[in-house]
This record gives sequence, C-alpha cells and structure tokens, in this order.
Amino acid sequence: MSGEGVGTARSAIEAVWRIESARLIGGLVRIVHDLALAEDLAQEALLAAMEHWPSTGIPENPSAWLMTTARNRAVDQARRRQMQAGKHQELALRSSEPSSGVPDLAAAIDEDLGDDLLRLILIACHPVLSTEARAALTLRLLGGLTTAEIARAFLASEPTIAQRIARAKRTLAEARVPFEVPRGGELSARLSSVLEVLYLVFNEGYSATKGNRWTRPELCEEALRLGRILAERFPREAEVHGLLALMELQASRLRARVGPSGEPVLLLDQDRSRWDQLLVHRGLAALARAEALCQPLGPYTLQAAIAGAHSRARTAAETDWPRIVALYDALSQLTGSPVVELNRAVAVSFAFGAAAGLELVDALADEPALASYHLLPSVRGDLLLRLGRRGEARVELERAASLAQNAWEKALLLGRARASLGATSPGRTGESGGDAAAAPSSTPGLASEPPRR
Amino acid sequence: MRVMVFVPGDENSEAGKMPSQELIAKMMKFNEELVKAGVMLAGDGLTPTSKARRVRFSGSHRAVIDGPFAESKEIVAGYWIWQVQSIDEAVEWLKRAPFDGGIEVTIRPVFEPQDFGRELTPELRQKEARLRVEVERRSKP
Repeated sequence: MSGEGVGTARSAIEAVWRIESARLIGGLVRIVHDLALAEDLAQEALLAAMEHWPSTGIPENPSAWLMTTARNRAVDQARRRQMQAGKHQELALRSSEPSSGVPDLAAAIDEDLGDDLLRLILIACHPVLSTEARAALTLRLLGGLTTAEIARAFLASEPTIAQRIARAKRTLAEARVPFEVPRGGELSARLSSVLEVLYLVFNEGYSATKGNRWTRPELCEEALRLGRILAERFPREAEVHGLLALMELQASRLRARVGPSGEPVLLLDQDRSRWDQLLVHRGLAALARAEALCQPLGPYTLQAAIAGAHSRARTAAETDWPRIVALYDALSQLTGSPVVELNRAVAVSFAFGAAAGLELVDALADEPALASYHLLPSVRGDLLLRLGRRGEARVELERAASLAQNAWEKALLLGRARASLGATSPGRTGESGGDAAAAPSSTPGLASEPPRR
Repeated sequence: MRVMVFVPGDENSEAGKMPSQELIAKMMKFNEELVKAGVMLAGDGLTPTSKARRVRFSGSHRAVIDGPFAESKEIVAGYWIWQVQSIDEAVEWLKRAPFDGGIEVTIRPVFEPQDFGRELTPELRQKEARLRVEVERRSKP
C-alpha cells in the first residue's frame, strides 16, 4: 500500500473511532463497571485496528470488529483475574465451570440496551466532578477528542488536561459512582448537570473567554451534536429542547459574528443575510417543541425565546424589544442572576430609552458578582454615550477594556472608548426604543447576547 | 464541517416508482441512526424530473423548460446535509447506507467561512474597507 494509502486508512480509522468510540466505551463501562478500564479496553481495540486495518482494509462492519476486539480483551482480563484469584482458592479453580462468569460477560457486552451512550454522558457529567472536569471528560469520552485537541480547545496545556481527566476518573472511582442510568426525578437532576456542561462547551466556542480568537466553532459544533443526540433521547424534556434551540439559534449567527479580519461583530451590527437559515429553522423548531412541553418556561427555553426574538427580526430595528424585556423579566425572576439583570437593562434601554436602562445598570454597581465583569462598565459606557455623557462613557469603556480577557474584545472596547470622544454627536439622547439598534457605535457589549450564568 | 450528500436518480426514481418496503425500512433505520448520532441536519427525497422545471438564462432572456429531463444519470433524487468532523467521517457514515446496484453517491463539503481565508468576496472586501475608513474617522481626536 502506498504511503498515501496508509494515511487514508489512518484518517478512515479515526473517522470510525469518532463514530464508534462513545458507544464502545459506554458498552464496556456497563460490563466492567470501571471507566478507566473501559477506556483502556476501547483504546486497545483502536490500536489493534490501527495495526490491522491498513493492510486488511477496513472491515465491513467496523463497529462490530472494535466491539469484538475490546470484548475479547475484557474477557481475557476477567479470566486472568479469575486465575489469580484462583491461585488463592484452589477449590474455585477446580470447580466444574472454572470460568463460569466469562460467557455471561461476553453476552452482556453484545446487548446494547440503547442507553450505553446515555450512560456515558451521565457519568462524564456527574455532579461529583467540577464543571471543567466534566467538560474535559465529555469531550474526551463523547467527542472522541484527543487530550491535545481538548487542551487546544480550552487553551490549556496538554499535561493540565491529561491530569484533569485522570483526576476526574479517579474521583468517579473513589466516589463509587453507580453506572446505572437513573430514573425519574434523579434522571432529571442529572440531565441538568449534562445541559450545564454542554452549554459551557458551547459558550467556550461561541465567545472564547480567553485568547486571540473570538470564536472556536468546532467546540460549538461538538456541543450541538451532543445536544441533538440528547434531544433524540429525551423528546419529552422541555429544557433539553430549550438548550438545543438556544445553541442552534446562536450558532446560526457564528458566520456573521466574525468580521473579515477575525474581529467580533456584535448582534445588532450583524449582516443578517449571513445568518445560517438552516440552523435558524432548526432552532425555532426546537424552541416550539420546548414551549409546547412545559409552562412556565425553564431558563434555557427562556434564553432560546430571547434568541428567537432576534432571529425573527429581519433587521435590528425591527427587534421586538418589549417582548425581549418581558422574557428577561421572567428569566431574572427565575435565576436571580445579576448577569441576567444586566442583559435586562440593555433590553430595557432599547425598549424604553437609555435613561431607563442606565437606572437599572446603576442599581447593579455594587453587585459583588459583577465586580470584575467587563460587560458591566461596557454596557454602562454605551448607555452614557447614548445619553451624550461622553467623558464618563470613555472612562467606563476603558475600564471595560482593562477587565476584558479576550484580545479581540479588549481591542473592540478600546476602539469604542477612543471613538466616544471623537464621534460626531450621537444625537440619540432620549431616543425611543429601537432607533439605537441600527447604530453600530452604540451597540452595547452584550445587547441581549445570552447571559452566561 | 457540513457536507451535502447527493443521491443520484435512476429509471425507477424517474418513473416515480417507490422503492421496496424493505429498502424503505432500511433507509428509515439509517436515517434514524444519523439523527440519533446528531449528524443529520436535513435530508429529503426529490420527485421525478417530470415534475421539475428549469430556467435557462441568456442575457436578459429567461426561458422556462418543463421536465422530464433525459440525462437521468445527472439527476439528483435525494440529498442529505450532515454535520461531521471530517469528510472521512462522512464517508464512514455513507458506507453504512443501504444502497446497492452500482449506484454512486457523492459527498461534497460545504464551503466554510474559513475556506475563504483572506480572499474574501469583493463585497466583503469593500465592506471591510468601508469599516476601516469609519474606524479611522471615529478615532480622530
């Protein structure tokens, strides 16, 4: 086989791995009740594939091949353990069926009860783990990402991520986390932990908190893929559809969110013709499902409804701000989050004028949770600018820039701080709702971007 | 990345003949797997070209041509839009589809914004130039 052929085989094997690894590990976990061991067995099967497939070609049914290989190793190991145990227990070894447990094991691995994947998601997102650990483990076990890829995604070093994953597995083992899929109320509680992780991964891609890139779409895609899988498994869970709707709608704007040189373009400045209509439709459909399933709406569904209100407006000026304010009211009551309150202030400023918005923002000034949150001074600066109070606006925007961690965001804020003094008179003081939405310079930092809780 | 998968038509699809129950069941199962894996974004079967129309453009003239169209090999009878990580992943999925009889199904990656790189469309380049002027204007003291 030519060198190119080997390379092709390798990438084909990687593709098979991506498709099969989660189900494979999930199936193995069900049997061996040990996450680390299950992953090792799956990895061994992958290595075997890397060894054999380039010369034999990819088998007709690669998933069965991988499963059989991993299963054989599991059986071998079980047998070896039995033998070792047997050395101490002569009797057991000499009994009529020395390996009675082994055939059962083989049969058990073959029957996928349909929730192997689900089992794996629930374990990876177990509440005993920190959210960072859950996110890393989820990307590794369900996304089939390598440690290096996860490290790149979170802008962390490879050893850090490797350690985080190893520690997470140890924590799960020490906590003796059961591998059964919980039912009823406990399942719902565990699901919300999964949703939290998916949204964290999505957000890390959507609005990179650190580094030089404003978005990392590959992370969004992975979160979306897992969200779609979850929505298939739980057609009756409103918030699963709510989160999926939120992610689809936000992802529909990814293309429009990045300018020609990689700089961020905020919601109200975006060229809406560049929104991905396929994702908009999928998002609105998921939102409709979520809204039909549950009243009152849960936090993800409310955020999706806000995103949907923006998606439905053909131009920024057509945005239904009063509706968005009402949705933020509900969300604020539900979460009590100051970040949501800040977003609500922005919506209020567009619906009822900058002064009304500023009043709400000023009420948040002493909120400890927002003390180093760059969007607080960013929003305040924009509102001051819209009210013609340029000197104060500049101070706030500069403060916002000093707090921002993403390089692009920093630059954007500094640009606006400079512009605040040089700009021609905004002429929008006391404007009524909607006017300012069309004006790029006054777009608040987070104009109804989803709150990050 | 996103790919579009084109399923070609044949005499049967052009004649409006439905596939066998068995094939339909297999195809539904395949589709279900795609959805369950979070891969499928969209997909549909298309009616025979006897129901299709074409518009031919020359200068300001538009000529409307009614189907059917003879060259059935070039006819698309169905499509999918998939979200995958690589074209290899798309190939691995497609291999699992229940097609037969020498049919050739094509996978085409959709352009992603990063494919354009710095070579943007003229319209975007213009926009960028406008933006720069605007930024300069605003940053003057």
